[in-house]
Amino acid sequence: MNISMIRNDFPILKTISGERPIVYFDNGATTQKPLPVLEAIHEYNSHYNGNPHRGAHMLAIAASEVYDGSKEVVRKFINAKSIKEIIYTRNTTESLNLVARSYGETHLHKGDKIVIAISEHHANLVTWQRVAQKTGALLEYIYIDKKTGKFIEEDFAKITAATKIVAFAQVSNVLGISFDPKPLIKLAHAQGAIVVLDGAQSAPHQSVDMQDLDCDFFAFSGHKMCAAGGIGVLYGKEKLLEDMEPFNLGGDMIERVEEQITTFAELPAKFEAGTPNVEGAVSLTAAITYLENIGFDEIVTHEKKLVKQAIEGMKRIPHVKIIGTDNPEEKKGLIAFNIDDIHPHDVSQILSADGICIRTGHHCAQPLHLYLGINASCRASFYLYNTEEEVNYFLEKLKTVRAAMGYSD
Amino acid sequence: MELDKLYTDLILQYNKDMTNKREISCPALSEQGHNASCGDDITLQIKLKKGVIEDMAYTGTGCAISQASTAMMIELLAGRTVEDALRLVHLFRDMILGKVTDEKQLEELEAAVALKNISKLPVRVKCAVLGWHTLEVALEKELEKQKAKA
Repeated sequence: MNISMIRNDFPILKTISGERPIVYFDNGATTQKPLPVLEAIHEYNSHYNGNPHRGAHMLAIAASEVYDGSKEVVRKFINAKSIKEIIYTRNTTESLNLVARSYGETHLHKGDKIVIAISEHHANLVTWQRVAQKTGALLEYIYIDKKTGKFIEEDFAKITAATKIVAFAQVSNVLGISFDPKPLIKLAHAQGAIVVLDGAQSAPHQSVDMQDLDCDFFAFSGHKMCAAGGIGVLYGKEKLLEDMEPFNLGGDMIERVEEQITTFAELPAKFEAGTPNVEGAVSLTAAITYLENIGFDEIVTHEKKLVKQAIEGMKRIPHVKIIGTDNPEEKKGLIAFNIDDIHPHDVSQILSADGICIRTGHHCAQPLHLYLGINASCRASFYLYNTEEEVNYFLEKLKTVRAAMGYSD
Repeated sequence: MELDKLYTDLILQYNKDMTNKREISCPALSEQGHNASCGDDITLQIKLKKGVIEDMAYTGTGCAISQASTAMMIELLAGRTVEDALRLVHLFRDMILGKVTDEKQLEELEAAVALKNISKLPVRVKCAVLGWHTLEVALEKELEKQKAKA
């Protein structure tokens, strides 16, 4: 993997801040776009733009071919059985809302249980809170070991025959922990629950295989994997999707509409009301192709190297506290941390003055922060275009934060 | 913006100043202020006597800008009438939004003038006004209550 060639593909990484190019370590929030993605969007809009599945003219047909063709690329990418199982949404959040509303609200009843992890992103938490409130189902949590960030396995006993939904992230966006979700998925299935896997932080960084994972729903976002904003994916097992209510209503999701009744289109159109984001689909196709050409094995190895270097360096800086495990072998490409006495917002401001972009706040995981007894945190997250030199620079600057805030040690 | 123009010595000093970071016993008003984007979360407590802010203090957590700003506000507004306090809250907000830039006019804000540069840093505006906004909400609720009584 040739990093300097990869970096050449990302125009934004050439942005100068002060005396050097910016250091972009906020990939958990959104990633940058390579030229092949930017060019694919330009190419589509320059030659093929039309409204897919409507009209009979050449551009409408071209747009349909591009849009439907992109589904096949996504299907292969996650190894789904059929493109009927690939639904385009705006992002992971919308994908999870779709499952919660179209499956959760119609299939759950009073007395049923929903079990989720305390570390969930609000998109996979508030959604289930709402389902619980509307249906009378009980929402229960799998907690984590505050030191290691791992699930407390005794809590798995909360998954019982009454449990209808088990929802959790393959990689937590705060803890960044690397774990095998398959035993938990098997356990949930053994109790008859369906499993909703949030893949927002996993799909961009590792290969994911729906047949191997055997989860029932899987959600991820294009913009966290080099595609444009506004395109996300919901994978669902066909038999479950068939048995679900439509999400939004309107154009392209219908079969026959009369004054009082409507029949709905086949999958996946049933869940895609309105003119879809064709250029988003185009960008996702281009991004998947780009990442697959580099290879996920290479990406995993590269991120592992950066995480190891960063964690080892951070452990040597006084007052820096890593959240969750500080064992690099157990961490994916993101590290949440705090610096004693300094609010994360100030840490980020100081690093930003040196051209370093990190995330601060609660990372849309307030219950996790409350559980950990912290107000907010900083997060550095890496991607294929980050370098060891950038990590070194980040570590150097991290050492200066306390002094910048008037602390002498 | 240069960091030393943001984190001036005065701001760093107020950030660490614990004089008014405390609990008040039996406060007349208590109001929580929360900045969801970065997790700043403060509770402001106010003691009122005949329309005058007799004592004011805060607890909670937040970034240096929010903490320093709240500490400056308390120092400036304790002892003033509710009406006067609200007037200065509005003046402070106008300064942060860049609507009032005249130094003479801003003199009244005393130490809080140190936060003037925030007007060039939109991402920190919410941090700077958190304490002030929380006070405004608390005082306006109180005024409404009094109006209802009268």
